Amino acid sequence: MENVLEAKNVNVFYGDFQALKNINMKFKKNAVTALIGPSGCGKSTYLRLFNRMNDYIDSFNMQGDIMVENKNIYNKEIVVEELRKKIGMVFQKPNPFPKSIFENVAYGLKIQGVTNKAVLKNAVRKALQQAALWDEVKLDLDKSALALSGGQQQRLCIARTLAVEPSIILMDEPTSALDPIATAKVEELIRELKQKYTIIIVTHNMQQASRISDYTAFFYMGEMIEYNKTDTIFTNPQHERTQNYITGRFG
Amino acid sequence: MNNSQINRLKDKTFNYFGIFCTLIGLVILAFFIGSIFYDGLRRIDWDFLTSLPSRKAEKAGILTAWVGSIWIVIFTFIIVVPLGISAGIYLEEYAKKSRLSSLIEVNISNLAGVPSIIYGLLSLEIFVRLFGMGNSILAGSCTLALLVLPIVIVATREALKAVPHSIRAASYALGASKWQTVWEQVLPASFGGILTGVILAISRAVGETAPLIVIGALLYVPFTPSSPMDEFTVLPIQIFNWISRPQHEFTTNAAAAIILLLLITFIMNGVAVYFRNKWQKKINW
Ligand SMILES: Nc1ncnc2c1ncn2[C@@H]1O[C@H](COP(=O)(O)OP(=O)(O)OP(=O)(O)O)[C@@H](O)[C@H]1O
Ligand SMILES: [Mg+2]
Repeated sequence: MENVLEAKNVNVFYGDFQALKNINMKFKKNAVTALIGPSGCGKSTYLRLFNRMNDYIDSFNMQGDIMVENKNIYNKEIVVEELRKKIGMVFQKPNPFPKSIFENVAYGLKIQGVTNKAVLKNAVRKALQQAALWDEVKLDLDKSALALSGGQQQRLCIARTLAVEPSIILMDEPTSALDPIATAKVEELIRELKQKYTIIIVTHNMQQASRISDYTAFFYMGEMIEYNKTDTIFTNPQHERTQNYITGRFG
Repeated sequence: MNNSQINRLKDKTFNYFGIFCTLIGLVILAFFIGSIFYDGLRRIDWDFLTSLPSRKAEKAGILTAWVGSIWIVIFTFIIVVPLGISAGIYLEEYAKKSRLSSLIEVNISNLAGVPSIIYGLLSLEIFVRLFGMGNSILAGSCTLALLVLPIVIVATREALKAVPHSIRAASYALGASKWQTVWEQVLPASFGGILTGVILAISRAVGETAPLIVIGALLYVPFTPSSPMDEFTVLPIQIFNWISRPQHEFTTNAAAAIILLLLITFIMNGVAVYFRNKWQKKINW
């Protein structure tokens, strides 16, 4: 399988504090890669590197290269807006826009200049179907997205991301605000999506990582300690720290 | 008396004192409104609203005054809304945090505290004389727009600040530019707060008298304005004019005009409160 993403000698600083230390890592296409590790080890920071969401943090500073399809996305000539159409993101807390369900899903296309009603309608339906939300909301697409349940909102946020047709999806603890049933639905969804998408997911839930991911990387205090097939990480970790973490002895 | 009894007594005393202080404000207000209504209510009729001013109190009306007020309100609105909202957006969303931007911030808050007559003097020099607007509706509107600009800027910033960061992040993550994010998501989500601020600012402008007198708004206007370059009068100036007459009948006219002015401000404040509540209910983060 080919690599679509690569981090080369990446160091990240917030002011004087070093949040990531010399990370080198390649991500496989159409696979789910889980990032695990104790709180504050730099998982979110790392994830946000790939769609340049750290750019908004004043004290943020990085060295090294992030390659997407063999292009360094921190090059000057990269247009961030274009990059983010290719690399979507789902956040920890569902964050729907205070608009209708339809408007939420259509937004990504509208800002690209798509105005054709039929095209938008089709795209919205397709995205909602992919996110396994269509049957629940097809009758009230005009209802406010804020009226949905937390789990529905998160699937709406996933649909909103899918509508733009990215090839890579970043997810930062997408189920941490959801109940077990909603979590199961989202996990199911992630397994489906990997047919078409490359997914990187941050999670604190070890069972979740082992259930849905193909590869797992363990981070500890800004360092990438171990990266391997998920099976290997969970059954035969090479490092004691990894072992301790996945068995719940710390973190 | 022991210590706890003394404390209890203190508590009680302060309680009554507090009630007394609150009542003073309310009673004075009630007395004021009561006497205005007693004097003025019977004077308000169709003729009063549609008559031009006159030297005879019974024939004098406030047509020119309320039409003038409406002109002023409309033009003040047209001027202050784009200026104030743009400045608010710039300061909140675009300006980098620096010495200069915090200096600007402090000064905008200070501007809100400058006595309104100073704005009148400034406008007399700049709008009336330098820009040659004369004592026109346009000059008056510019003056009042300047006066309430800080209110709109501050309200806009507060409303923008209330929009959670996660909304901006979601928009950026979908490939939106800063402009699109502000225009399509942040502004609509803060619309209620901004509107409330604008209405309060305008309702403040309706009641202003001093700066308009300074720039030469007229005490006696025998015609209704037909363009923004016309001379004008407004309700509070008409009230001021009538009150300064010696004849008692004019005081009745003034009371009637005050009722109208109060009505307008109450309605505007009511609308502002309504919008605020409605938006708060609709957007519950
Ligand atoms: N905006 C910021 N400014 C300064 N330091 C930051 C900022 N964001 C994160 N950090 C620091 O960088 C380190 C990594 O943070 P990050 O959010 O990436 O951790 P995480 O692994 O995602 O943790 P969690 O599991 O709790 O979400 C932490 O020590 C944090 O305090
Ligand atoms: Mg995190």
